Amino acid sequence: MSAVEKAAKPKVTIIEAISKAYQDAFAEDPKVITLGEDLADPEGGGIAKITKGLSTSFGDDRVRSTPISEQAIMGAAIGASLAGYKPIAEIMLMNFTTVAMDMIVNHAAKLRFMSGGQTSVPIVVRTMTGLGFGSGGQHCDYLEAWFAHTPGVKVCTPSTPEDAYGLLRAAIDDPDPVIFIENMPTYRTPMSFELPSSGHRVPLGQAAVQREGSDVTIVTYGRMAMLARAAADQAAEAGISVEVIDLRTIAPWDRDTVLASARKTGRVIIVHEAVKQHGAGAEIAAVIGEELFGALKKPVKRLGGAYSAVPYSRPLENAYAPDGDSILAAIKDIAS
Amino acid sequence: MAEKQFVADSAVLRSIYERAALLKANDERARKVILSGQIAMVYYSYRGQEIIPSVMGEVLRDDDTICTIYRGIHDMLGKGFPLNELWAELIGRTTGSCKGKGGPMHLTYPPKGIMVTTGIVGSSAPIANGLAWAAQLDGSDRVSVCTFGDGASNIGAVHEAMNLAAVWKLPTIFVCQNNLFAEHTTFEKMTAGKNIANRAEGYGIPGVRVDGNDPEAMYSAFAEAVARARAGEGPTLLECMTFRFFGHNFGDDDSYIPKEQKAAAMEADPVPALRARLIADRIATEEELAAVEAEIETRIDGAIEHALASPWPEPDDLRFDVFAQEIAA
Repeated sequence: MSAVEKAAKPKVTIIEAISKAYQDAFAEDPKVITLGEDLADPEGGGIAKITKGLSTSFGDDRVRSTPISEQAIMGAAIGASLAGYKPIAEIMLMNFTTVAMDMIVNHAAKLRFMSGGQTSVPIVVRTMTGLGFGSGGQHCDYLEAWFAHTPGVKVCTPSTPEDAYGLLRAAIDDPDPVIFIENMPTYRTPMSFELPSSGHRVPLGQAAVQREGSDVTIVTYGRMAMLARAAADQAAEAGISVEVIDLRTIAPWDRDTVLASARKTGRVIIVHEAVKQHGAGAEIAAVIGEELFGALKKPVKRLGGAYSAVPYSRPLENAYAPDGDSILAAIKDIAS
Repeated sequence: MAEKQFVADSAVLRSIYERAALLKANDERARKVILSGQIAMVYYSYRGQEIIPSVMGEVLRDDDTICTIYRGIHDMLGKGFPLNELWAELIGRTTGSCKGKGGPMHLTYPPKGIMVTTGIVGSSAPIANGLAWAAQLDGSDRVSVCTFGDGASNIGAVHEAMNLAAVWKLPTIFVCQNNLFAEHTTFEKMTAGKNIANRAEGYGIPGVRVDGNDPEAMYSAFAEAVARARAGEGPTLLECMTFRFFGHNFGDDDSYIPKEQKAAAMEADPVPALRARLIADRIATEEELAAVEAEIETRIDGAIEHALASPWPEPDDLRFDVFAQEIAA
């Protein structure tokens, strides 16, 4: 990084990276199509404007606004994919995937297997979520564990603009259904200096070691990875060397990278915004226990959302999920 | 479009019968081999509903697609599902179309456009729209058919799908086979308005109630719906009236079907009725039809023999077809 770049502030956001991924994928492959509520330009290009300009550039056939009908959206995506298209279905908010669970779990996930490999469902389900807007219990759940528990679907979520671009392009290229989860409250946080080039891909199933360290391993993803990076920087000031692993893909997850780091540090903290109980962290902790029993210096720690609905009132919302302070406290505790 | 434009001539009627005879014989054989203990499988008899898919098979092309349901082997055979791959799948062998991974409720055969068979009531409809959207994008005049029962007419997915098909003007044909029973419950008891075709009006699309056991009426209605879809005029909802002779699934004692109703329906069995009509109208002779039926039995014998001689899958096969890439051992 040059001195000039160092002095400059980052300005590229995750939302811009996702928009560019759409633009590039649409320009490169005529089989890429998209549908969802309010997506086309007459409807404003989506509630987050991610697809703004897309229907004007690539036509109403490939970029379709839909009725508020999540089963119909998901079914149309599945059907078009069976005929050779690569649909990106936007389910506006992750809680709305519950309305389309039959289509995702019984059909998208299983058609390849149930047909003995005769058909496949190369769709991407893009969906936004995350607490921080005071939306209460039905607009910001993290439901990744439900999908990770469903054989036949892949689940990924980025925590940087580069990964947002690279993961989305990889998800579109992938021959199987991928749930692509975006954290809405950090959409517009400037993080990078430039947009990735069109050839950039982040292979699904590959974690990123975002901070190298030797004392403690944090396994995380999404917004919590952003908080973990900052907590690791603070811990370094206190003399604790923290390795931060952003899984990026939650299913199938990168066991090799996680186990190598856990073997090295012997102290592991798993952090996610989703409810801790029965969350994805439970699976990761169990595998670490199965593989590394005896090599651990401390029991694996898990931080996650409270066992309640996402609350409305600000003090409750603040208390609901891990934050920078609770991650730092966990680091200090496990390192002691 | 003039209603009488689509007329089943003698050759078409005969061909519909030949399909219906295969469907009827295959259902009879399936129930026989289960009852005898020769083969164990979940099975949903469609006996009594044969004319509807026989007509569909007559009108549709191989590249037209169909999404059907667990009670759908008649739809598949009508569309040309090969018997060897069918029977091997029914009994879970590797030579089955789905390598034994799908079974009776998830039969799939893309070479004949048989894209999805679902065990979830109503879920054929939203997926059929996607296949129709693909036809639009391809600039093809192929059509996408979904079949479902009267029970499915009360589930949300079907209504979401009809609305989307209407607003996108998709070449989707919604074929409701109204056999008067949703599992064990009568159509009349659980379906407000007691008419499914009328619901199309709410979506601004044609809705037609037709006697699905009458090959000429069924042909006329279905061919018109297909012609509309091919011409880019959008979806149609067909409510094809029929009757399911047996219980919801094999083993169900069907005591909830009134005896008189069942007896009357079987008395009016549409397959022998069409057979008699062909002979009476001199479209075919008794000998010719008997030869067709004998050949069907021979083909079914061969398919079952082939299936039983085929290997079972290996446990390791579980690692394949979950994703394109195999799951690590």
